[in-house]
Amino acid sequence: MADLQPGLAAPPPVAAEAITTQQRNQARMAARRFLRHRLAVTSLVLFVLVVAFAFLGPLLWSYDHTVDRAIPASTPPSMAHPFGTTTAGQDVMGQVMRGTQQSLKVALTVALISTTVGSLWGAVAGLYGGWVDNLMMRFVDVILVVPLLVLVTAMAGNVRGGTSWWAVALVISAFIWTGTSRVVRGVVLSLREQEFIEACRAMGASNSRIVLRHLIPNAAGPIIVAGTLAVAFAILAEAALSFLGFGIQPPDTSLGLLIENARAAPFTRPWLFYPPGVFIVLIALTINFVGDGMRDALDPRQTMTRR
Amino acid sequence: MAVYTMRRLLAAIPVLLAASVLCFLLIDLSGDPLGDLRVAQPPVDPAVIASEEVRMYLDRSVPQRYLLWMTGIGGNGDIGLLQGKFGPSVRGPAFDIGAEIGARFLITLRLVVIALMMAIGLAIVSGVISAVKQYSTVDYLLTFTGFLALAMPAFWIGALIKEGGVWANRELGTGFATIGAASADTRGFTAWESFTDAAAHLFLPTLALMLTGYAALSRYQRASMLEVLNSDYVRLARAKGVRNRVVIRRHALRTALIPLTTVSALVIAGTIDGAIIIERIFQWRGLGDFFLESVSTNDSYSVMGWLMLSGIIVVTANLVADLLYGVLDPRIRYG
Repeated sequence: MADLQPGLAAPPPVAAEAITTQQRNQARMAARRFLRHRLAVTSLVLFVLVVAFAFLGPLLWSYDHTVDRAIPASTPPSMAHPFGTTTAGQDVMGQVMRGTQQSLKVALTVALISTTVGSLWGAVAGLYGGWVDNLMMRFVDVILVVPLLVLVTAMAGNVRGGTSWWAVALVISAFIWTGTSRVVRGVVLSLREQEFIEACRAMGASNSRIVLRHLIPNAAGPIIVAGTLAVAFAILAEAALSFLGFGIQPPDTSLGLLIENARAAPFTRPWLFYPPGVFIVLIALTINFVGDGMRDALDPRQTMTRR
Repeated sequence: MAVYTMRRLLAAIPVLLAASVLCFLLIDLSGDPLGDLRVAQPPVDPAVIASEEVRMYLDRSVPQRYLLWMTGIGGNGDIGLLQGKFGPSVRGPAFDIGAEIGARFLITLRLVVIALMMAIGLAIVSGVISAVKQYSTVDYLLTFTGFLALAMPAFWIGALIKEGGVWANRELGTGFATIGAASADTRGFTAWESFTDAAAHLFLPTLALMLTGYAALSRYQRASMLEVLNSDYVRLARAKGVRNRVVIRRHALRTALIPLTTVSALVIAGTIDGAIIIERIFQWRGLGDFFLESVSTNDSYSVMGWLMLSGIIVVTANLVADLLYGVLDPRIRYG
């Protein structure tokens, strides 16, 4: 048999053929489409830089957000203190690092929780349909009746005494998963009519298997986009809560708290007022653009060419 | 239409009822209105706490309390939403929640309504310009402004606008009003003077509150205008030789405005959120201020009442938008 092998071996692929048969799976195609979206890529790079600033910065920078006797009070930006210092003797750059870190922790946790809960809720409602769907989505409607920030503030006000970042994250995510669930339900309603779900049923797949292995992966695009929107919303909501005094409490700090402390300073000591605000805008803006790029990249109907 | 209106009105009732259960449970279960009293130093006489519990109806079970809060049957005559009474306040028996909300309602209403109107008006103008001049410099500029306004926290831009006003007053001698909804001393004002005074105090807060709503609305207006401009009947109008301005104004804009009614109703919820923050910054004694005060004093019936009030406003706005949709869009017929 061994002597037959060389004769049976396939001819080596021609160069042109090798190019056309290059493997292109879903993820790689999405990544390629995303990379062509210049604004989205720039935003992603900026966002990653902000994350690095918040989480790696404190390890490298010599000051943290607390009062230090060695820090001169209320000085404008200088080489030693690039963002200036506060009246009490804190380094603003150290404060902004810590604030961004706390705000990002809240936002990313909110995105994780709200996306998980929202997609499961929406997928189950969409798959079952009928009265289950009706009941589950009416519940979502009811939560959305009261303005979100009002609900969040009312809840957070009751969590007394040194609110930590995860408590704030829990309170915010308790309400904003509703948006994700609506989106996912809409997608699932159209998915469940398709043949591959019918095939799953014919093969005897359980409902939980259909939800977890087929519906949610196929709705990945809208789910990821909803996740990025949740990050942007959570950053703004956390900042608003801290600003109102119901979020993260001193001596810890967050971007909203930093702005609250510098509220009267935009024209007298601008270095206190602008950096935290710019970081909030930067995070919210870049994550929105990343979401936009992902929406286009993950849409299977998109062609490879950029619009 | 009348049948449809009735049906929509009736459908809003269970939603509001369910929302009332949710609001009640959230606030009732998450905090103790007498928490501060219980841990006060020096300790408060247990008899006082017990009598406060009775006054706040805390001696009853949760379902009993909910029924009481809704209907007021079996209460002391100070509770029962359906009778228009909000319940007792932890801030003492003399503090009437309903009267307080009533006194502050108009102050916040004029802020919210004017900000919404301006947001909608500006959004229509800039959305149409963006769509007509798609991919031009103006379009990119407006789009970027919109994204920026969406990403900016309301309190940051609010504080900036307020301090900008203070700065301009000091350096340029302008007369921006930056504190409160009216001058501290309005005695002896004529009706006209009161009006101009209120208008002057409205200017900066409205500007701050308008931005978030404007950002979202102008994006929608641009998208819906673009869709209409690419539709067949607009192409037909152009082919017939109708002048460009007439096509845009009479053919395209009218249709493109319809979706805005629905989106505007959604933006109302965001504007209520924003009003709380803007009132805090400009030190208005409006409903937003009342809400924050109630949350920080753990005044549970005030907070519940406030949540219900904002819920009713949002539901009504959605209802009005739905009904307007039918009036504005002849393609929709309600059976």
